[in-house]
Amino acid sequence: MKPAPFNYERPKTLDAVCDFLAKNSNSLILAGGQSLLPMLSMRLSRPSLLIDVAHVKGFEEIKKIGNTINIGPMVRQSVALESSVLKNHLPLLIKALPFVGHPPIRVRGTLGGSLVQADPSGEIPLVAVTLGAVFHIRDGNDNIEILARDFFLGPMLTAMPSSGCLYKISFPVSKYSKIGCGFHEIASRKSDYAFASTAVQIEQNENGKIETISLGIGGALDYPQVINISGYNEKKINLKLLKELISEALLNIDFVGDFHASASYRKRVTIKLASRSFSDALKEIGYI
Amino acid sequence: MKIEININNNIEIHEVEPRVTLLDFIRDNVGLKGTHAGCEHGVCGACTVLMNGEAVRSCLVLAVQSMGDKIITIEGVNSEDSESGLLNIIQDAFCEKHGLQCGYCTSGMILTAEALLKVNTSPTREEVREAISGNICRCTGYVQIVDSIMLAADRLSKRNTSPDKS
Amino acid sequence: MKREKFKFLSKDRVPSENSRFVSGKGNFVADIDRPNMLHVAILPCHEPAAIIKKIDFSKALELKGVVDIVTGDELLNAIKPLLNGLDTPHVKRYPLAIKRVRYAGEWVCAVVANSRAVAEDALEKISLELIKQEFVLDAEEALSDKSPNVHPDHGSNILLEKKFIWGEVEKDFDKSDHILNYTVKWGRNSTVPIETFGVVAEWNNIESILDVWASIQMPKFSDHIATVLGLKGNDVRVHFDVDVGGSYGVKRGIKHTILASYISRKLNRPIKFIEDRLENMRAGDAHGPERKFNVSLAFDNNGKINSMKMRALDNAGAYAGRAPFQLGKPIGAIVGPYKISSVEYEAISVTTNKAVQEAVRGFGQAPTNYALETGVDKVASYLKVDKLDLRKLNFIKASEFPYTIPSGSEYDSGDYLTVLEKVFKETNYKDLINKRDKLRKKGIMAGVGIASCLEPSGGNSSFEPLLNEKNKTTTWMESCQINVDALGDIIVKIHTTSSGQGHETLVSTIVGEILEVSPEKIRVSRPNSLESLPGNSPVGSRMAIMLGGAAARAADKIKSKIMEIAKFKFGVSKDNLIYKNASVISNDGNVLTWQQIIDLCHRQINELPSGMDPGLASFDIMQVPTGGKLPKNNKVHMYPCYSFEFHLVLITFDPVICKPNILSYTVGHDCGTVINPSIVTGMTYGGVAHGIGAALFEEFVYDENGQLMTQSFLDYLMPSSNEIPEIKIVKHCTPSPHTYFGQKGSGESGYLGAPAAISSAINDALNPLKLEVSSLPIRMHFVSDLIASHENNGKFKK
Ligand SMILES: Cc1cc2nc3c(=O)[nH]c(=O)nc-3n(C[C@H](O)[C@H](O)[C@H](O)COP(=O)(O)OP(=O)(O)OC[C@H]3O[C@@H](n4cnc5c(N)ncnc54)[C@H](O)[C@@H]3O)c2cc1C
Ligand code: FES
Ligand code: FES
Repeated sequence: MKPAPFNYERPKTLDAVCDFLAKNSNSLILAGGQSLLPMLSMRLSRPSLLIDVAHVKGFEEIKKIGNTINIGPMVRQSVALESSVLKNHLPLLIKALPFVGHPPIRVRGTLGGSLVQADPSGEIPLVAVTLGAVFHIRDGNDNIEILARDFFLGPMLTAMPSSGCLYKISFPVSKYSKIGCGFHEIASRKSDYAFASTAVQIEQNENGKIETISLGIGGALDYPQVINISGYNEKKINLKLLKELISEALLNIDFVGDFHASASYRKRVTIKLASRSFSDALKEIGYI
Repeated sequence: MKIEININNNIEIHEVEPRVTLLDFIRDNVGLKGTHAGCEHGVCGACTVLMNGEAVRSCLVLAVQSMGDKIITIEGVNSEDSESGLLNIIQDAFCEKHGLQCGYCTSGMILTAEALLKVNTSPTREEVREAISGNICRCTGYVQIVDSIMLAADRLSKRNTSPDKS
Repeated sequence: MKREKFKFLSKDRVPSENSRFVSGKGNFVADIDRPNMLHVAILPCHEPAAIIKKIDFSKALELKGVVDIVTGDELLNAIKPLLNGLDTPHVKRYPLAIKRVRYAGEWVCAVVANSRAVAEDALEKISLELIKQEFVLDAEEALSDKSPNVHPDHGSNILLEKKFIWGEVEKDFDKSDHILNYTVKWGRNSTVPIETFGVVAEWNNIESILDVWASIQMPKFSDHIATVLGLKGNDVRVHFDVDVGGSYGVKRGIKHTILASYISRKLNRPIKFIEDRLENMRAGDAHGPERKFNVSLAFDNNGKINSMKMRALDNAGAYAGRAPFQLGKPIGAIVGPYKISSVEYEAISVTTNKAVQEAVRGFGQAPTNYALETGVDKVASYLKVDKLDLRKLNFIKASEFPYTIPSGSEYDSGDYLTVLEKVFKETNYKDLINKRDKLRKKGIMAGVGIASCLEPSGGNSSFEPLLNEKNKTTTWMESCQINVDALGDIIVKIHTTSSGQGHETLVSTIVGEILEVSPEKIRVSRPNSLESLPGNSPVGSRMAIMLGGAAARAADKIKSKIMEIAKFKFGVSKDNLIYKNASVISNDGNVLTWQQIIDLCHRQINELPSGMDPGLASFDIMQVPTGGKLPKNNKVHMYPCYSFEFHLVLITFDPVICKPNILSYTVGHDCGTVINPSIVTGMTYGGVAHGIGAALFEEFVYDENGQLMTQSFLDYLMPSSNEIPEIKIVKHCTPSPHTYFGQKGSGESGYLGAPAAISSAINDALNPLKLEVSSLPIRMHFVSDLIASHENNGKFKK
């Protein structure tokens, strides 16, 4: 299980990265390598050039600018977990990250790599979709912005241009005074890729009114999706109501099935996990 | 490509193809055989080494990527923290509690334990289980491995608090 | 020897092997590099069945660094087929596919190159022209006349079909109050060691000798190599000082070794072939049993089980391997720990277009135990009696040993009820049931599982003549050599590889115990096969008994010589001498010290009794106790010792998610006298973990196109530390009358009962819904879907 031969470059700037990408049609970006290396070793991926972006200036930064959190694509998952900016403003991401692989995977694995990898069970893509993240991509000289929910197209399939480089991930900061969130997933073994995962964020204004409810589901579908929950505005929210609303929202969605987990199973489990996530979120804002 | 990597505080300079993983570099170029290959696709943890003090899987890192990083393998694990000169406290605890059988996963387990005990000096058994959950051991059922790491943690914390460090 | 008098035995002593492993100094086969060595990679064929029309490797040969490419056609003319032990001359197996591929992943050609990476580059340049053939994956289908034959020349897919009737089965069925029929399935899983199989072979054409370093656990390995390659036995030198990175039965690697050895001879260069994980999972001859059981139990109103009919159908995969014999060993404990007076057993092994099976921990015993234990639970549930009480009723009692079971094996000793009592002191059964009931009231699915079973140990091969009349082998030995050097230091030689069982600790402890020398001072050496005496390797849970036995007997011979010398020296009879602390003391106060003994043996032959040889050395070749007879009337006595284990578990799960949470796990274990407690305990923990894997996670799954879906560690799921609970082990010791110290085997402990216990617990949890699962592994979605469909049927209100 050895990779096929390739060349290796280690550029220091985004321009240089894009240059290499433009000049070599069969090149790939190497971030943490935690998804790419197994693919290379099994020869499922055969680039002629690997562009290591670990040393690109600014790629490891986490910054809050106004109402936006900007995250460099090379921010390691283990670093993100410890970031106080993220703890303060993106608690959902912090809740989801411990589910990503094992500690040694997170030491190397990056946020950008996980997003571009687009594993249907990826926790980071799910959070990005749920929170309305925006991906900033450079393709040659063009800067492109793609909304997370438009980015994921299928299992390991994204809207990323073949010569594109993700250079920044922006998350909106909630404008409400209180946010509550919940993240639950289920896998065969604790740290496997999930059969189903659910991410919930609830925003509440200073008067205690719930302004937004976001539910994202992953693992059970071809790619992570936001589920529109409507019909909660008029009534007082409770878990029973939410469970009904979730079941209704999932009614016409096709779930993935395989020998590890059937489609019907994934669907039932998604409903159950979503309820748990909602329960956590509502508890966090003191609603229940 | 000619590359330089700091392995166990030695600068190793070798000519390698970019496709060579850090695992193969350590075993074949440097000749240190204590780091083992179990799956070569990142799942078993047998190839775990310390990179800048943290546990990583050497089969999921290219040697060229690690230029500039500090790598510690099982052969170097006692150099920084050796009381008896032969085995460090964690290695000793693995011996005593029989935290191994065939010994194939052992290097990876010990390095993962090193990384854990550096940041968490008094872990619970649950925390130990979580920390080693990426290292598959087929022999032991993990119980004696957890026992070993708990013993090591206990001894390390006693050593760190006692004025007499003997 | 009296147990309480032990100095080193049964004491918590650190195994001597540990220090080399914790410092990364193990000597694994992948660590061995030879000068001028070449590497091998394998081209698999991805069709489950096809005729090979053409292999075009011209482009691959042009690649820089590629030295040779070997195909099956080349091997056909150069070597003999691998041996399989059955009488099936048309089911031939070679290291590479000959003319036909019979399962997806089968090895078609081997590329030899300067590095493994270049060899893999070359694989991509080889093209195969194939004619696809019909294939069959299911064992029941493979039995039908309409199925394609995996080996057309063999004329059917049946490798083995044998029916045994032991005792008055029909009569017992007739007189019983009830008969219960059921079917259970054991999924295809294996031991999957973290180290794959590897071999380094080096032919020396000047001296005509083949050196082999391999991660093996296999009886008669060098004989097999020599036979297939047409060499003399003494042309093959297998190095036993290779540390094996886990095996648990499976590391046979004979096809790998033959291939590497053949290439080494051909090219006259050392060859290294370390399987990668894909080669290992797809076609490393490393899968385990895949078995379907149809069972009928005949029992009375009071719960007494009188008779059993069991049909075991095993899906052997494409070639014979050791699979068929894995239906044979369970005959030695076919009734488990129960008094069942008659048994009908039908063993069928068929070929299919799946990968080949090899020996797996327990050699077929774990699936059989699962089938029997599931039945015992079913009888209890049917009669509405407690499943523990039912077991107690049917147990063989301590006073009834030695106890001969219907198939001819004689159980040596045991005290099952006492083991249970001890377990309940640790984890009370009634309390556990109460806890279960409380959890159920909260809407949680909860179940208590139990399993009681035996580990036949001290392995011999008496199932081979039982299943193949042409096989007349009754000898199955192990050996040990001891030399005390001129400085008085002790060297013990063992003649096998070890894969974590601690053989060095075993023999140093035993020799130290007998000669009253600290085991730390004893050097254990693992010479190569040419310097070794015959042995049959650590299979069938035999080394404590066999290697331990041979070491003890060799040490006794040393001691006898010392006593002879003392007798001569002091001129007194043996009764007036005692051996103590490595000296001999006479009753009139004379002392012969170790140093004096050494001087006498090594330097002063003039002081020795006349005719006595110099030096102080011994060896022992020991036959399996109680073994050595051929089958008679389709019955045979198999293994000498029977260890007992009792598992008690509490499992809970959510009725929708169905992820099992093992809240409590206790095992009672009686393997007679324990040589080293931490080794035995460790193996039991490991065996339980492995059993949990088999019960819940692990399976080699094939899709309908014959493709293996679980060929990497991302899909073949072995339990991690998060899935294995804190297991409690309760020890008991009923010594075996047949072994030196009363020891029995423990290498398979835990694994033999854990799958049954887990299944028992999950079925207990499902019992209130009148649902059950009857195949392993028990996947979460299967249980959840079962409950959901039940709910939809309106039978279950929550
Ligand atoms: C045993 C194991 C368990 C795992 N478990 C989980 C899990 O439970 N959940 C989970 O989400 N993940 C899991 N992972 C994957 C892990 O999270 C990866 O780290 C992550 O998916 C990819 O990140 P990376 O930085 O390693 O990216 P890489 O592997 O370096 O790259 C992944 C892909 O993204 C592309 N890419 C990377 N960065 C950029 C960029 N800036 N612009 C354009 N393209 C880019 C690469 O070309 C490549 O195609 C697991 C991995 C392993 C080995
Ligand atoms: S060999 Fe690296 S994780 Fe298995
Ligand atoms: S000790 Fe053998 S795999 Fe862990």
